[in-house]
Order: sequence, then structure tokens, then C-alpha cells
Amino acid sequence: MKTFETPTFECETGNYHTFRPISCVAWLYQKIEDSFFLVVGTKTCGYFLQNALGVMIFAEPRYAMAELEEGDISAQLNDQKELKRICLQIKNDRNPSVIIWIGTCTTEIIKMDLEGIAPKLERQLGIPIIVARANGLDYAFTQGEDTVLAAMTHRCPEYDSFAIDADKRRSDPAGLNGSTYTERKLNNHASVLFGSPPSSVASQLNSELKRQSICVSGWLPSQTYAELPALGQGVYVCGVNPFLSRTATTLMRRRKCQLIGAPFPIGPDGTRAWIEKICSVFNVKPNGLEEREANIWNNLKDYIGIVTNKSVFFMGDNLLETSLARFLIRCGMIVYEIGIPYMDKRYQAAELLLLQKTCKRMEIPMPRIVEKPDNYSQVQRMHELKPDLAITGMAHANPLEARGIDTKWSVEFTFAQIHGFTNARDVLEPVTRPLRRNDESILGWNSLSRQTVEC
Amino acid sequence: MKLAYWMYAGPAHIGTLRVASSFRNVHAIMHAPLGDDYFNVMRSMLERERDFTPVTASVVDRHVSARGSQEKVINNITRKDEEQRPDLIVLTPTCTSSILQEDLQNFVNRASLSSESDVILADVNYYRVNELQAADRTLEQIVRHYLDKARKQGTLDRSITDTPSANIIGISTLGFHNQHDCRELKRLLRDLGILVNQIIPEGGSLKDLKDLPRAWFNTVPYREVGLMTAIFLEKEYGMPYVSVTPMGVLDTAEFIRQMEKLVNAWSSVLSEKEVNYISYIKNQTQFVSQAARFSKSIDCQNLAGKEVVVFGDATHAASITKTLVREMGIRVRCSGTYCKHDTEWFNEQVQGLCDEVLITEDHTEVGDTIARIEPSAIFGTQMERHIGKRIDIPCGVISSPVHIQNFPLGYRPFLGYEGTNQIADSVYNSFNLGMEDHLLDVFGGHDTKQVSTKSLSTERDLTWTPEADLELNRIPGFVRGRIKKKTEVFAKQNGIAEITVDVMYAAKEKASS
Repeated sequence: MKTFETPTFECETGNYHTFRPISCVAWLYQKIEDSFFLVVGTKTCGYFLQNALGVMIFAEPRYAMAELEEGDISAQLNDQKELKRICLQIKNDRNPSVIIWIGTCTTEIIKMDLEGIAPKLERQLGIPIIVARANGLDYAFTQGEDTVLAAMTHRCPEYDSFAIDADKRRSDPAGLNGSTYTERKLNNHASVLFGSPPSSVASQLNSELKRQSICVSGWLPSQTYAELPALGQGVYVCGVNPFLSRTATTLMRRRKCQLIGAPFPIGPDGTRAWIEKICSVFNVKPNGLEEREANIWNNLKDYIGIVTNKSVFFMGDNLLETSLARFLIRCGMIVYEIGIPYMDKRYQAAELLLLQKTCKRMEIPMPRIVEKPDNYSQVQRMHELKPDLAITGMAHANPLEARGIDTKWSVEFTFAQIHGFTNARDVLEPVTRPLRRNDESILGWNSLSRQTVEC
Repeated sequence: MKLAYWMYAGPAHIGTLRVASSFRNVHAIMHAPLGDDYFNVMRSMLERERDFTPVTASVVDRHVSARGSQEKVINNITRKDEEQRPDLIVLTPTCTSSILQEDLQNFVNRASLSSESDVILADVNYYRVNELQAADRTLEQIVRHYLDKARKQGTLDRSITDTPSANIIGISTLGFHNQHDCRELKRLLRDLGILVNQIIPEGGSLKDLKDLPRAWFNTVPYREVGLMTAIFLEKEYGMPYVSVTPMGVLDTAEFIRQMEKLVNAWSSVLSEKEVNYISYIKNQTQFVSQAARFSKSIDCQNLAGKEVVVFGDATHAASITKTLVREMGIRVRCSGTYCKHDTEWFNEQVQGLCDEVLITEDHTEVGDTIARIEPSAIFGTQMERHIGKRIDIPCGVISSPVHIQNFPLGYRPFLGYEGTNQIADSVYNSFNLGMEDHLLDVFGGHDTKQVSTKSLSTERDLTWTPEADLELNRIPGFVRGRIKKKTEVFAKQNGIAEITVDVMYAAKEKASS
């Protein structure tokens, strides 16, 4: 049992269920308040959006489809003219500060030159146009956000440390606002966090770092397009989500930022490790973190009682799997398998290391990590392993429940507030819900399907 | 390119998948990029399906778009064949595969050499047809495939059944109340002594398809799915069909009368006694269905002359319009459908029954029409329900597209005699109850909520004096929005910028004169 080997990665056929990456517009349009997302694609994309995002569609959302018709596909119509007409209409109806074009599989295959058209229309319409290729040929689900943020990186203003310093001195010449040594030192190093948690979560993380007297100078994305943070040499950046590897790369290579490679602030253990890592980069000695973590764990006792020694199987679809698995192992759960669409071993290095340490600490073997899983094979494995809980997409949830396996929809973790100390309970809430419900169950019907294991 | 926020009918492949996964032991393989298997989510969530949806994807990724699928599709087909031994594998093209222009038929031909299952390619053009047309086409294709096969093998049994029998064509998964309708139709046929030969595609087995022609005739309850199949069977096998939708008392009776004719056509040939269903219709209408009694009741009297807007797929919108007008005395101001491909038929059906006909796929046009007409109630899809919410008009949902609440666990058919009861309930509950309506008027309403600012109009440069505002608040909530808007329109027309109590009264006088 006690083989604490280095993590092994397997790769299957990639025949798994996940959301299309264009689904990122659902949370990004809410996050960036003055944006408009235009998905350039076919009816299939539109149908997905309207069904997956359910009720949101009725609330006059700031996203729409530029639906491609036969004439667009066969190039009888001029892409630029068509897009101009549509963007003009959007400008007149909604007047957004930025329009974000989401490229799809179709634009990719017919090689529509969105990146080429955008700057031209930007000049003609006088409105910034950002192009993100969130297509299903290359990406899964949350990676859509990654492509949008990576594209947005190029629109951030250039960071000028001297100008900002001078500005600071002018407004607070004597350092009357109680700037300590560390803060003064930090003025030379702006720190920008990237990822798009809900704004309340962002401010929680801000204040968590402020307690350690680290000032967050901005977020990518910001609340409005005008507030995009300055980037450049001397800016430290740190991700809050495991699926932002493209954004991280772009920040480092194109904007010369320094990446802080830390585990992700999911669960109290992750949050602490995240803060500690940031502190270490800024040479700050963490203050009261240990206590804070212990307090949170203490608050989770009732939930931990429910999950301890229960087993869980991640089918994989949103790239949060490693962080969630690490947290659940720390809570005393046994993880059989971490399915994940894509694993960037460099960007997730610190997270993987923490996962390994956590397994060692809890004395359980390292779970297998399966990249590009095959749902059919996974269901067969699950039939053998009989996990107490499967974290899975909605396509499999009801059938698995009918076969006596409790499930939790993985998308809930994408939309729920799961970051930081404050929200640790919110991660365990969905995890324990099916387990709690099971205790209360009085019906003896565990299996409600006539099928054997089929998929 | 078209700016679109919402669509009524889904893309073509959804229709193909609905038909394929309705049959027993049929597997569909989509040639599609990652994430296009959203159909599985819909089926699993909306239908609360307990079994895995028999749809997988042959994933189109970067390699496929660069070099072609090569062996991938074939491997996926043979793999599914070995794993689950389906009777049929339907290779389903999507928007992506139709641009890639790969020779999918070639993959199908090669795969069928090595697999036990039959393999066909859904013959559907993504850019030309929608979900409903694709479903219709795929059903016909599958039926044709198996009848041709049986004919070639000589296993086709063309003798008709001894007793009168019928096929029910077009019941499918994710169809609006289809499961309940199916049960109701079976009951209706059983009551009339007509045997149900087969129901397709829902729960149908491909091995039995060869016996489809043994039925005396076909019934096609919904126009959208099944008509092509019925026409094919009529042409090739001489099977007559009934395409009246048995929705509402009058059309249910018409449906039964047409079946009577078809049964008697064979009975006379077989020199059997002719059937007469008239007494059955009479008994059902008078005593089983409550709808006829409802239309004679005081409750329904209160509904007389109320104005509504109807919108939905061709079948439901037309049938509900007919029911409302002919059976309940309700005035349909506008009746419409998003089934553009069926415009002619729809016009014919609702002609003379409504003031205007609206054929559109654009939900904003429907919304604007409703806002302009300001009906007392709407009967439409989930989209119209939401439009109604925004402008405070109640809405009964009568057609797809739908949410999970339109897949009720309880028995809620729209067809047949029990269907008439359900429709009567749904119509009656959609209006503000008659007596309540009066009492609210008399006592100035119990609704104390603030003036509704929800309105689809964008005219906002008018000011209301505090007194007028107060007066507005005294008006019952469910008509307040309408009166506010009427007053504003009146003020605009007369160049009045500030609305006083006097202006309100003037507007009211104008409206009632």
C-alpha cells in the first residue's frame, strides 16, 4: 500500500464528455461588466449555449451568436462585411466598451481570419475587439476562459514602475498613510492575480493577502475593461485557477511578467500554500496563517466526519480535478482516479507536488491521473471499484445514480465559490450533499436500471 | 451571418439523435469536436433518463481537421460494435463534418464490412434543415433501410393483420409530452378495438420494422416528425395514413372518424362488419372528457372574448388555436409558428380563426407582437413564458422548446380525451380567475407592489407626478403595467411630457370611447 511514487500520468482516447469551451462566456460576461461576447459559430454552438446556460438567456445577456449560414461557409459572403454589420448593431443596441469574438471549430476549419479582421473593424467602429479561439478542436470547457484571458493580456497597459512610484510619492509624500517597509518595497513589484472568480471571492483573496501586507495591484480580468491591470517587467503574476496555463505562458513570454508558481487557493490547505508561496517571493514572513488554517479546518469538522474514508472518482471535465482531489484527500477521502482533460505539468507543478505531499501525509497511495480519459472505460472501472462518489458531468449523473453510484456534477465546482479560506465550506457542501442525502434515504432502491454496465 | 440570441428549433443533428436514441439498441456516433455531445446532457437531465444515452462522439480534433479522420471513425464504429452489439449504428454528421467534407459514406461502407451491426449515415444536410426536419428525414431513412433490406431478403410479410391495426409514427425522446401522448393514443385505439401494430421510433425495435406494413393504416400525431415516413409507406406499400392531430374535442373526433373510414375500407374488402365509432365519440365527448362540459360552464363564459396570442411548433400552435377559438370562444389575436418550412399548411389551418398569422424564427419579433397586442394570456414555448413574465402576462406552455418542468412525472397528455381535460385546465389556470378579476377591480386590488417598470418599450422620457404615481398604485397589479403604458402612449401622442392624474383619466376616456 505504501508506495509514494512520483505521479504517473496515463493518457486515454479522449472520448469523454465535457462542455464546449465557449461556455466561458457565461461567467466572463458577468465578470467583465462592460463587455459583449460574440460567439462566431453555427447553430450547434448556439443551441449549446441556450441550453447549457438555461435561464440566463432570458435576462438579456451580453452575449450573442454570429450565426454562420451556408453563404458564410462557402465564402459567398464577405466575412468582414458581415461582422461589421453585426458589430455595428451590437454597438448601437448595447454600446459595450469591448467586444470579444469567440472563435469556434467552424471558424477554425474554414480558416476565417478573425485576428486579421479585428484590428480593421476596431479602427472603423472605434471599439476594441479581442479575439479568442475557444474552439472544441483544441480545448475543453474551462480552457475557454484561458484563451480569453490570454488574448486580453495583450490589451493591458504597459507597467512603468518609475511613473507609478512617482505618482505614489506625489499623493503620499511623507508616507503618511502608514506605508511600512514591506509595502514600500512592494511598490516596485506590482502583483497581479489572474483568473475570474466572482468579485466577492476576488476581494476576499485580496484582503487575505493584505493581511500579509501584500497589496494586489490588479486582476486579470478586471471588473471593467478600462481597469485592466498594467503588466510588464517587474510585475509578479499568480494564477488562482489550474486551467490558466496559456494565460500564464503569455504573461511570462509576451509581457515579461514573473510567474509565481503556487498551488491553487482551493481548500484551506491550498489557500495557505498559495499565500505562503506568494509571501516567500516577496520576502514576507507569513503572519498567523497557521492559526487561520487550523480555524477553518475546525469549522469543517462536521463535513469531514461525513467524507472521511469515503472514496471518490473524478471522471474529469473542467481541469479543477487535481486541486479538488488534493483537498479531498486532505479531508480524509480516498481518490481512485483523477480524470482530467489536459495536464500542464509545469503550470501545475506546485499543485502536483502538494498533492504528492498530501498523499504521503494522509498515508494513501497516489491516485492515477488520467489525461484525456475515455468515459466508457471509466464507467467499467467504476463498476469494479464501486466508489462512494463519482464527480462527473451531467450526461452521466442520472445513469450512474440509477446504478447505485452517488454522483456530484462537476460543473457545480466551476460556478460555485470555491477559492480561499472563506469558501472552503462551499467546496465540501456539494461533495457531501449526495452522501448526506444517502444517510437520509429510506428507500431501499439502489439500482433502478435494467442495463448492466453499459455506456 | 445572423445575430442570434435564441433559437426555437435546434440544429439538424439533434433531430437525428432524437430518432436514433428513441429506438431500442441503436447507437449513434457523432462526427464532431469535443463538447458536441451536449445531447446526452439534455436527454439525461430533461428526460431524467436512467440509462446511458447511446450516443458517442468520434472526436474531431486538430489532427482530424488537418489530415482527415482516416481510420478513426471506422475504429470508433467497430469498437462500439464490439462493446455493445447494437442492431444499428447511425453515423451522424454535424456542422463541423459537413465543412470538412469527408467522405463519411465511404467510412460507413468500410465499417459495415467488419461489424455485426448495420451501419448507416444519416442523410441530413446540416445547413439546410433544422432539428425537426432532420428527425423526420432520419426516421424515414431508417424505416426505408429496413424495409428495403427485408424485401431483398424476402422476409417482408405483406399480409395485413386479422383485426384492424395501426402504427403510431413519430413518438420520440425529448418530444413535448410525447410519452403521455403515446399512452393516451394507445388507450384510444384500444377503446376502438384497433390493435397497435408498432410505435416508432420510441421503444421500437429494428427487427420488427419489417412488419410495419402489416398494419391497416398509419397515424401521424405530430406533423413535425413522421409525415415523411407515412408518405413513404403510402407510396411504396399502399398504406393510408391519418395525419389529423387528435388535440381538442373536435379534432379528436375528426381523427376517430378518419380512422373509421380507413378501418371500414379494409373491412368491406375482407367482408367483415363495418365499424361505427359515432356512439363512442358521443359518449367520450359528453361524459369522459370534461372539456365539452367546461366550455358550457360559467367559468368558461368568463373567458369568452378574452384575447390571447398563440405561438409554437406547427402542430401545437395550430391545434391549440383551433381549440381555443372553436371550443372555448376565446379570441386569438395572433397565431404563429417557427416551423417556417410548413408555412402553407399552418396558414391553411388557422385561416379564419385568428386576426393575424406570424411565421418567424426570431423571438424578438414574437416578443414585440405580444407587447403590441397585450393579450390576457399567451400560449407558447418557454421563450414566450419568459416574455410574459417580463410584461406581466400569464403564459401556458404548449410546445417545445421546453425546460425540465415540461417533462412532468404525472400523466399529462395533450392528445385524446384526457388531453382535452389537461388543455382545459391549463387554459383556465393561465387566465386570472374570473371572479378574482372582478373583485380586484371592485376593491382596488390587493397587490401593493411598486409600479412595474418591466416593459419591452423603450420610451422613458416621461415623468409622472407624485399624485399620478399614487393613482397608478391604486390600480390592480396585473393591469397596472398595461394602463401605465397606455397612458404613456396617449401622452406621447398628445405631446404631453408630464403625466398628471388628469392625463391618466383623459387616456382612460380616450381608450374607452
